[in-house]
Amino acid sequence: MTQWSGYLGLILQGALVTIELTLMGSVLALVMAFLAGMGRVSRFFIVRALATIYIEFFRGTSIFVQLFWAYFVLPFAGLSLTPLQAGVLALGLNVGAYAAEVVRGAILSVGREQYEACTALNLGRWQGMRHVILPQALLVMLPTFGNNAIELLKATSVVSLISLADLTFQAQVVRSQTGSTLMPFVSVLVIYFGLALIISWGIRSLERRMARGLDGVRA
Amino acid sequence: MEWDWNFVREIMPTLIQGVKITILATVLGSILAAIVGLAIALARRSPNRALSRSVGWFAEFIRGTPLLVQLYFIFYVLPDIGILLPPLVAGVIGLGLHYGTYTAEVYRAGIDNVPRGQWEAAKACNLSGRHTWTHIILPQAIPPMIPALANYFIAMFKETPLLSAITVLELMNQAKSVANTYYRYIEPMTLVGAFFLVISLCSVVLLRWLEHRYGRIER
Repeated sequence: MTQWSGYLGLILQGALVTIELTLMGSVLALVMAFLAGMGRVSRFFIVRALATIYIEFFRGTSIFVQLFWAYFVLPFAGLSLTPLQAGVLALGLNVGAYAAEVVRGAILSVGREQYEACTALNLGRWQGMRHVILPQALLVMLPTFGNNAIELLKATSVVSLISLADLTFQAQVVRSQTGSTLMPFVSVLVIYFGLALIISWGIRSLERRMARGLDGVRA
Repeated sequence: MEWDWNFVREIMPTLIQGVKITILATVLGSILAAIVGLAIALARRSPNRALSRSVGWFAEFIRGTPLLVQLYFIFYVLPDIGILLPPLVAGVIGLGLHYGTYTAEVYRAGIDNVPRGQWEAAKACNLSGRHTWTHIILPQAIPPMIPALANYFIAMFKETPLLSAITVLELMNQAKSVANTYYRYIEPMTLVGAFFLVISLCSVVLLRWLEHRYGRIER
């Protein structure tokens, strides 16, 4: 039984790495999502084109390939990344591309009259975006962002293949050391599911909180 | 290190072998996902509460945990209880189950979209439960959901590199093995990325066409 607790400690260490990766990846994804999502509705052709290329590229190739590329090919280009950096970079850029489309969709879903109201109030493009459009669009984005965050959490498991000691990696370690298969994999699956539940619960409560005071605005 | 076309020519045959397995896994996985999804969607509508609840939770659990860990589970745990599967079969089962829980939602939405009157008409015509499903509901529900289903099959295609973790010799694994043999990562990894990018750009066109062809319900 003491042995079992030692192995559980190993798995919990892995869980910490997974949480760390998920948080850092989400922050990068969020930044990229707003950059690219707002880039896609930009007035300037070149910004739109760049954003589209970014989104199509990262949605088109799989996260797995991007991770390996970041880890194995970039060093030849003179950019050596630790597994953690490569993981955060690949995860953030990949999920950011998916989330960018969410940002774009949400911005476009805000009614035309809101834009007209901005013009009528003599707000600049940025001011209108900041005070009128985004506060409404954010609420539309949130549920899908939650799904994206869960996708990101699930995608973190691939970093185990570039030797980062996350949850999945530790499960493999425990498997190879104890020869028991059921225990490590079931506990890891349960931990992942628990984390996913926490994310969806967090997003739901955030949504409730942000919806406050917007009752009359949104149909 | 620089890009070497001779090396590319040399490794092409190996990579093409991998492409075949990748496509095979995607096709088989899609077929399985289509069947599993329908089964889950039907089970969740079953009047038997115990069945619909447990299937619902099972699907939720599968959707909230990473495919990679599920693949490990099928590949390592099942042999311990006497089910020995070849890697490709284990991979196809993993893909099919995982994406089956996603396609189940598509089926659910599709079935919910069949107007109530159709159910009532089926009852009025004295059709049995099975005949109602096969002759009235499903023929109307399935065409509009084809684009959404195809979307998930494309997503599955991009996840097939994960099968390399359970020793399936698909494209990514072939690329890794040639990369490790010659210690040249640039060409194999970039080719894999390019391959996925080309296929997904083509699939965007296919999706547009599918949406155009099936997206609207003709009345």
